[in-house]
Amino acid sequence: MFKVLKVRAHQGSQAIPDIKKAEIVKPFRGLPILNDLKCSACDTSCKDICPVNAITLNPLRIDLGKCIFCGDCERYCQHNAIIFSNFHKLSCSLRESLLVDKNKTAENYQKESIQARKELNKLFGGSFKIRQVSAAGCNGCEWELNACGNVNFDMGRFGIDVVASPRHADAILITGPISQNMAPALEDAYQCVPDPKIVILAGSCAISGGVFQTSPALNREFISKHPIDLYIPGCPVHPLTVINGILDLMGK
Amino acid sequence: MQWINTKNNRPVALNDIPDISIEALREQIIEFCRKGARVVSFFGNPDGNNIKIYSVLANDETSNLYIASSSIDKDQSYNSITREINPFHIFERELYEDTGITPIGHPWLKGVRFGINRSNLKSTMENYPFFKMNGEEVHEVAVGPIHAGIIEPGHFRFMCHGEDVYHLEIQLGYQHRGVEHLIPLKYKCAGIHLAESIAGDTVIGHATAYANAIESLAGMEISRRAQSIRAIALEMERIAIHIGDLGAIANDVAYLIGNAVFGATRTLVINSLLALSGSRFGRGLVREGGVAFDFTEELIQIFKTRLEKVSRDVELMCATMFESSTVLARLDNTGTVDTETAKNIGLVGPAGRASGISIDVRTDHPFGIYRYFPIHKHSMESGDVFARTYMRYIEIRQSLEFVSELLLNLTDDKPLLQSFQPLDPKSFVVSMTEGWRGEIVHCAITDQKGDLAKYKIKDPSLQNWFGLAQAVRDNGISDFPLCNKSFNLSYCGNDL
Repeated sequence: MFKVLKVRAHQGSQAIPDIKKAEIVKPFRGLPILNDLKCSACDTSCKDICPVNAITLNPLRIDLGKCIFCGDCERYCQHNAIIFSNFHKLSCSLRESLLVDKNKTAENYQKESIQARKELNKLFGGSFKIRQVSAAGCNGCEWELNACGNVNFDMGRFGIDVVASPRHADAILITGPISQNMAPALEDAYQCVPDPKIVILAGSCAISGGVFQTSPALNREFISKHPIDLYIPGCPVHPLTVINGILDLMGK
Repeated sequence: MQWINTKNNRPVALNDIPDISIEALREQIIEFCRKGARVVSFFGNPDGNNIKIYSVLANDETSNLYIASSSIDKDQSYNSITREINPFHIFERELYEDTGITPIGHPWLKGVRFGINRSNLKSTMENYPFFKMNGEEVHEVAVGPIHAGIIEPGHFRFMCHGEDVYHLEIQLGYQHRGVEHLIPLKYKCAGIHLAESIAGDTVIGHATAYANAIESLAGMEISRRAQSIRAIALEMERIAIHIGDLGAIANDVAYLIGNAVFGATRTLVINSLLALSGSRFGRGLVREGGVAFDFTEELIQIFKTRLEKVSRDVELMCATMFESSTVLARLDNTGTVDTETAKNIGLVGPAGRASGISIDVRTDHPFGIYRYFPIHKHSMESGDVFARTYMRYIEIRQSLEFVSELLLNLTDDKPLLQSFQPLDPKSFVVSMTEGWRGEIVHCAITDQKGDLAKYKIKDPSLQNWFGLAQAVRDNGISDFPLCNKSFNLSYCGNDL
């Protein structure tokens, strides 16, 4: 007993005091800052080395729904037209908002990315239960979502919890590119969540198929069939991106 | 016997690999394995109208790898090797699913992952032939594919008598994304990124195996500094996941302080990886030709300070946890896999070492910086949940020391990252690394133009899943979560 207390005293307080103000240290790769003037749309272009076809040229744009934040384009570009900043509040309520061009800065991204839905705050503000479904997720996003509940990030403090049964859930949160073999189970889980329900896609794989987007082993019908309420980019998603995304969606 | 003899990351010309009859291949495999060799890879590759079966055996004492092949007609069959050499069971199942070649007399020829390129499309997830058990008081418990927590999907079916598990059948395949299909198609621009996603908890392990394979096919030797940074990242990955697993095991025995403390300690480790590579999992660090990020003097100091704290915290928490009688009562003699069974299954990694199988790629088939800084192999005998838990503690300590040593010995040679070189045509290479789960094996074959023609991946989970099924036999079903955590296997790594 005394030993346990000693460990407890030694640990002190581990929780991040203010989740909204917390920053992730560099060299974390968050929002890419694009400088179209520096971009020469050259022959040996970043577009060709991007493993997920996230980059388009003239004008230079990056699709954060596809981007896996590997940083290869930043290293490859000789003109410094792409610089990844450590801004991590990347969640969006619309798929189109994930397209980043030269006009996107951390400030206006944060303003424009999520439309807070007050009705959600009224419904789920005090208690928001999530059924997480990994549909061929590689276990990267899964580890990070588990970390959301650990003593550091502690999303339970906002009433956000992960539950076992879809019947107890207010939302379904999907990771992974959705394999053919997993598509039926995902659909079943979605149908079991009572209305009104929220659908959240976490990670590049869930949003676009990510690095697997050309794989014939996927079945992404779910995405076209059901309305999506929140997109959380990342590879994997950072716990702070997840928690802030959900809080912003509710306007909390 | 004329098997070609090579080493980890040493390519051989395809034409030099002996092509013998399937009967001879089978007999020679049996003879080799009875003398102590071990299967590390066994797969089929389409070759015109035939299938060419490649067999890679390892001698762990001499660090040698032996390769032979046999061309066989698609509809042909052969006598199963599994009956004689048990660890072949999963490899023969995989061969059967991928190519349709039947190993006659295999005890359970069932699908492994139900991939898009499987030979028999009529064999589906829905018509999986589960074992059945009859009797009045017998019942079945079906769990998954979606599990209670945040975890990858898989289906577990328990055949129980009351609370006791007679047998657990594990059906996987839900995670199949076609990685082996994609890598040869996209390796020039997305190979390493796909490798990083084979199993997202083993980013460095798989990316290093992939990069080593490509570099050896291109005849590139990367700098000592780059090799050291890869090894530091690989050990950090091991430390982070092992600490996370200790927390998860603590959670499963309701020892909540363990879960809290190990969770926070793991954060320190992965945030150190972030300080190096910009990703908490080390994504973007390992690249073909070296590494993309370097240590500054300042970063080395940060690592040292953090790792000292991690070491203190782990020591203090483990000393308390492993003294707690309530914890030990749950871990001791639960989910035992004895050495004999472990050998028959072919267990690898910490799960194997906890059951007395002392194999470790870092020592037996060293790669990269491990050729200069050898790792001492540990093993335990009891093979229960306690052994698999304590083995993690031993490995965390060992890896912490290893990283500290490497940080002191970082050389200044350059370049950190070399440019991509063309691959040798018509070559075969075996690339093995020791990920935190155990032995990762990648086999790459190039065609006459020097393009990747075949990429075969073996995650340690492929062999170890059956270890979990054996571990829960004769245990209470309520101990399943604990047994499962003590293995912590990859669904993606199996399903690919």
